Amino acid sequence: MNSVVATKNVSKTYGKGEAAFSALENVSLSIAPGESVAVVGKSGSGKSTLMHILALLDKPTNGTVLVDNQDASSLNGRQLDVLRNKRYGFVFQQFFLNEKDTVLNNVILPLKIGRVGRKERLERGMKVLKAVELEEKATSRAGTLSGGQKQRVCIARALINNPGVIFADEPTGNLDSHTGKTVEDLLFRLNKEQGITLIIVTHDPDIAQRCKRQLHIIDGRLTNKGNI
Amino acid sequence: MKFIDLLHTASSSMLRSKARTILTIIAIFIGATTITLTNGIGTGIKSYLNKQIGNLGATNVLTIQLTNPSSSGPKSASSAPAPYNSNQRVAAISGGRNFEQQLLMSAKNINTIKANPGILSAVPARAISPDYIMGLSGKYQLSLAQQFGATSAQMLAGGGVNNNSSENQITIPGNYVSSLGYSSNQAIIGKTVTIGITSAEGIQSTVTTTVVGVQQIAVIGSASAYANTSLANQLYNIQSTGLPAATVNSYTTVAATFPSNFTPAQITSLENRLKTEGYTGQTVKDRENTVFTALNVIIIVFDMFGVIALLAASFGIVNTLLMSVQERTKEIGLMKALGMSPRRIFTLFSIEAVLIGFWGSALGVGFAALLGKVINTIGQNGFLKDFKGLSLLTFPITTIVAVIVGIMLIAFLAGTLPAIRASKKDPIEALRYE
Repeated sequence: MNSVVATKNVSKTYGKGEAAFSALENVSLSIAPGESVAVVGKSGSGKSTLMHILALLDKPTNGTVLVDNQDASSLNGRQLDVLRNKRYGFVFQQFFLNEKDTVLNNVILPLKIGRVGRKERLERGMKVLKAVELEEKATSRAGTLSGGQKQRVCIARALINNPGVIFADEPTGNLDSHTGKTVEDLLFRLNKEQGITLIIVTHDPDIAQRCKRQLHIIDGRLTNKGNI
Repeated sequence: MKFIDLLHTASSSMLRSKARTILTIIAIFIGATTITLTNGIGTGIKSYLNKQIGNLGATNVLTIQLTNPSSSGPKSASSAPAPYNSNQRVAAISGGRNFEQQLLMSAKNINTIKANPGILSAVPARAISPDYIMGLSGKYQLSLAQQFGATSAQMLAGGGVNNNSSENQITIPGNYVSSLGYSSNQAIIGKTVTIGITSAEGIQSTVTTTVVGVQQIAVIGSASAYANTSLANQLYNIQSTGLPAATVNSYTTVAATFPSNFTPAQITSLENRLKTEGYTGQTVKDRENTVFTALNVIIIVFDMFGVIALLAASFGIVNTLLMSVQERTKEIGLMKALGMSPRRIFTLFSIEAVLIGFWGSALGVGFAALLGKVINTIGQNGFLKDFKGLSLLTFPITTIVAVIVGIMLIAFLAGTLPAIRASKKDPIEALRYE
């Protein structure tokens, strides 16, 4: 089956010997292009660890991660960096914006890292800001924005390289229900209109229900992997 | 990230905690100022001495003496007295409180010296003691030396003497001009002055000579006038009238000229050749180097203060950047998550360190140059009035560049520890940080 990202018997253990703590155990899953998947579970269940492994920010202790049907362990550091830069978008609960810098500069950071020229950066930056309806805020400092606007800047930053996959870690966790809804709608619209694969780690049952598939994690184990 | 983006990012993050950055820059600034000032003084004094050295005599002349093994170096308790050699005459030379035995030379020695390839001429360097010099009116004491080789003194007017001329020629120090009755340096050029000299028999006679040049007054060495060969010979002949031939024809020192385009290596090899023949030859440069060695030691000691200041400042850089890395954990994590390589993160923080070094040193060097200008101006109108032509502080561009580049290098080294720490940050840990 064709997949953008998949795992085979992935385990992740922190520490050694007596103190060893197993965050993930034997997780196998496959996510198809254009899918929307919610990773649901209590705090400490291992859902963030799973997302980090899927996003190639972390390496599993055992098992294999497949990216576009290719074993991720065969990629070197540079290739992983390029892959994350070009193919993945990240949206965080804490935003991780540079508050003292302008909205536009925050949005084009992935392009700067990817060595894209100044002119193209500006064009593409304005385009994605338009997509999240924040173009008039381009020159404002990120710190002056409201929570909902900040999260939309985050989404714009995630979108700037036309990613295949967006990883969102509690994207509405810091927002009130109304602005949360706006951000939620934006993410699902991208999924629907541009076919971007969504992988959302969330507590929120509403968001989870809007995803095509829910992956429930309890104590590091996937409980319903067959459920599509 | 492209280099220009790295530079831009580093500059803007430097300005994020202004107070801390500025304090670190001030520390570098102090070190840079100190080093630039001490080097400036060193260069200023050296270049002044270099100009002055010309007043000590021609640079293409070797002052040659016979090497006396019994008088050179400290004597050990067991050293035996030198055996008597009937071919060797000695003279006692007063050297301050000590009298030194100096071997005497004759025409035979001059021929040996002349035989060396590279030696153009060799003549005895004889002491000439004129009684007075007289211009339009009044008699004044005069210390006179024979000009060997080309004149290298700084001239205020006219030129050097011509040793090939049959006419008597002399150059005089600038402070003699008005005493000799002339209104300006230019006015005395070409005029005739009279020199009085007494023979060994006690009879005083006079010699006339043309003034061809006026020299800068020398600060080092005795302020002397220089005579050409013709004048020197005439004066010496009068002075030695009545002396036994054995005394007239023996001398402690021979002045030998060599081509003025000789390289230092060629000069050294000439000196070494003379050494194997039993002679000690010294150029003006050799004497100058003895002075410079002492000067260099003083400058190095002063430089040490600057280096200590920089050492303290470099720990300031380490501290500043470590704090910066700590504060920007999230940002580093984000950049790594978004695909920035550890190497680029390292470069980013290194650039920040180098920038701090650059600003500190550039400002420090600039301030030192400004201070130098002020001190030079004050000095020339005040406490350095007597040292005409002395720029106490001189800043050649090479020194300025060397100081800035050197400090940037130190800053880079200081920045490696924080930069490595930043590049090793785990993006997950960094992003979890709150």
